[in-house]
Amino acid sequence: MIANRIAYGETLIELARERDDILILDADACKSTGTLQVCRQVPERFIQCGIAEQNMMGIAAGLAMAGKVPFVATFAVFTCMRAVEQVRNAICYANVNVKIAGTHAGLETGGDGGTHQATEDIAIMRSLANMTVVVPATPNATRKLTRAVAQRPGPCYIRMGKDPQPELYAPEEDFPIGGSRQLRDGRDLTLVACGNMVWRSLEAAKMLETHGVSARVLDLYSIKPIDRDAIVRAATETGGLISVEDHNIYGGLGGAVAEVLTELAPARLVRMGLQDVFGRSGNPDKLYEMFHLTPEDIVSTALNRFPKA
Amino acid sequence: MYSVEELRKMANTIRYDTLKAIHVVGSGHPGGCLSATDILTVLYFHTLRIDPKNPKWPDRDRFLLSKGHAAPALFAALAHRGYFDIHELLHVRLHDGRLQATPNLTIPGGDSVSGSLGQNLSIGVGYALAARLDHKDYRTFVMLGDGELEEGQNWEALMSAPAFRLGNLIGILDNNHVQMCGTVNEIMPCGSMADKFRAFGWQVVEVDGHDIAALIRVFDALPNRPEGAPTMIIADTVKGKGVSFMEGKAAWHGGAPDDEQMKQIETELGGGTL
Repeated sequence: MIANRIAYGETLIELARERDDILILDADACKSTGTLQVCRQVPERFIQCGIAEQNMMGIAAGLAMAGKVPFVATFAVFTCMRAVEQVRNAICYANVNVKIAGTHAGLETGGDGGTHQATEDIAIMRSLANMTVVVPATPNATRKLTRAVAQRPGPCYIRMGKDPQPELYAPEEDFPIGGSRQLRDGRDLTLVACGNMVWRSLEAAKMLETHGVSARVLDLYSIKPIDRDAIVRAATETGGLISVEDHNIYGGLGGAVAEVLTELAPARLVRMGLQDVFGRSGNPDKLYEMFHLTPEDIVSTALNRFPKA
Repeated sequence: MYSVEELRKMANTIRYDTLKAIHVVGSGHPGGCLSATDILTVLYFHTLRIDPKNPKWPDRDRFLLSKGHAAPALFAALAHRGYFDIHELLHVRLHDGRLQATPNLTIPGGDSVSGSLGQNLSIGVGYALAARLDHKDYRTFVMLGDGELEEGQNWEALMSAPAFRLGNLIGILDNNHVQMCGTVNEIMPCGSMADKFRAFGWQVVEVDGHDIAALIRVFDALPNRPEGAPTMIIADTVKGKGVSFMEGKAAWHGGAPDDEQMKQIETELGGGTL
C-alpha cells in the first residue's frame, strides 16, 4: 500500500517528462507532500519557494500567467488558510492554470495535531469561484485525477491525506471530473464518501449486509463539479444518504450533497465527519475511533438513524 | 522616441484624465494615482517593450501594478498608448465598463491582478522565472507602494527574488510617504527601505520619481540579464503630485474631486483629453 501523495508525486514525474509546461513548486514540505521524488528525478522542473506559502501561490500565478502549468503542494491547512487570499485573488479571480495539492488533510496527520489537520479545506476551496475540487480515495484514483486536473483549464485543488490507502480500483479505471464511482449497489440507503472514508464506507456496507441492510456506496471524488445525477439517483432509489468525510460536517462533502438534495431531490441525509470540533494529536486509528469515523461507527449510524432500512 | 517635454505633457494629460474620470464616476484613489503617473508615463512611452496592437505578444515586457488602487492612472496610460479608447476611463469602477477598480488579465495590456495589496511582487517572480525557463529576454516590472510594504508577503517575495537570481526582475517603489490613514512614518515607521532591500540582495537605485529625465536615465541603465541581482528602483514621490491641494495629503488617498475642485485641477494641469 502507498499513500495517495506518493502516487501524486509519481504521476507528476511522468507529467513533467511528457509535457514541457509542467512545473512543481514546493514550500519546504516536499519530504511530506510526495514531491521530493520530483525534486530528485526532474530537478529542472522543481522550484523550491521556502516556507512562504503566500509567495509560492503568487509565483505559481505568475508562472501560469506566462503559460506554465504549475503544481503547488503543501499541507492542506496552508494551501487553503495561510495562503487563501492569494489562492482567491491571484489564482481564482485571475482564473489561471494553477494546480494546488493539499496533503495531510484530515485526522491522518495524527501526531502533528489539530493545527496541522485540515478539516475545512473542502469547504474553503469549493467556495472559490472558478475552482475545481477533487478528493481521490486511492493511489490509482490519485494518478488518474492528477492527470485529469493537469488537462483541465483553470484552478484545481486536489486533496490528499497522509497514510497509505487500500487500492479499490484497477489502474485503467477512469475518473472524469464531475463524475463519481459506485463501488457497491444497494437499495436501503447510500453511503456517500470521499478520500479515506471510501474504504471505510465499503467495509461498513459489507457489515451492514450481515444486519440485513443493503447499502449503496458512492465515491464522490469530484466535489466541484459534483455528480448531481448520482446523488439524485441515491435519493430516489435508496432510503436515504449518509455522507462520510474526514472534514468538518459543515461545508464539505456533506454540505455539497445537502445542497444537491435540497434543490433537486429532498431526502434524508445524515452527515458524518468532525462534528464542528478540531482534531488533536494521536495515532490516527485512535483518532478515527475518538471522532467516530470508523466502519463500525458508520454501521451504527446507519442502524440508528435509518432504523427501517 | 518621445522628448522629455513630450513625456511631461503626456504625464499631465494622464493626470488630468485620471482625475476627470474619478470626478465623473465619483470615487477612486487620486493621491496614489498622481504619485505614480510620471513613472507610468516613462515606462509606457519610453521603456517598456510592448505592442498595443498585440497585447499578448509573448516577448513583451510585463508591467504589474501591485498598488492596484492606482489603476485609473495605469488605464489612462494604456489608453493613451493605444490599447483602448480613453473614453472607457469614464466608466472605470462602474457596472457598465470593462475597467474594474483594479487591474486584471481581461483588459488589453493587463498582465496581472491586483487590488489586494502585497501580492504582485510574488507574481512578478513567477513571470521572471518563466522568462528564464523559456529563454526569453522580456523583463518584468512591478510597481509597489511604500505603505503596501507593510504587507508581509512582500518580504517573502523580496527574499525569494535574489535567491532565484532574477536579474530580469525590476521592482519600482512609488515612495510617496503617505498611506490611507496617515503618513507611513505615523502608521509604521521602519527606517531605510534601501538598506532593507540591499540586505535582502537587491541592487538598489534611488531616483526622484517626478524627474522625467532622471527616470529615463535610470530605466535606460537597467541591466537585462537572465541571472543576477534583481533591481529595486526607489522612486521618491509626492502623493497627489501635480495638484496643489492634494499634495502630501492622506485625505486624498481615496475620494473624488467635486466640481469646484475639478475647475482648479483644470487650471493647475491645463486640461487633458476627457
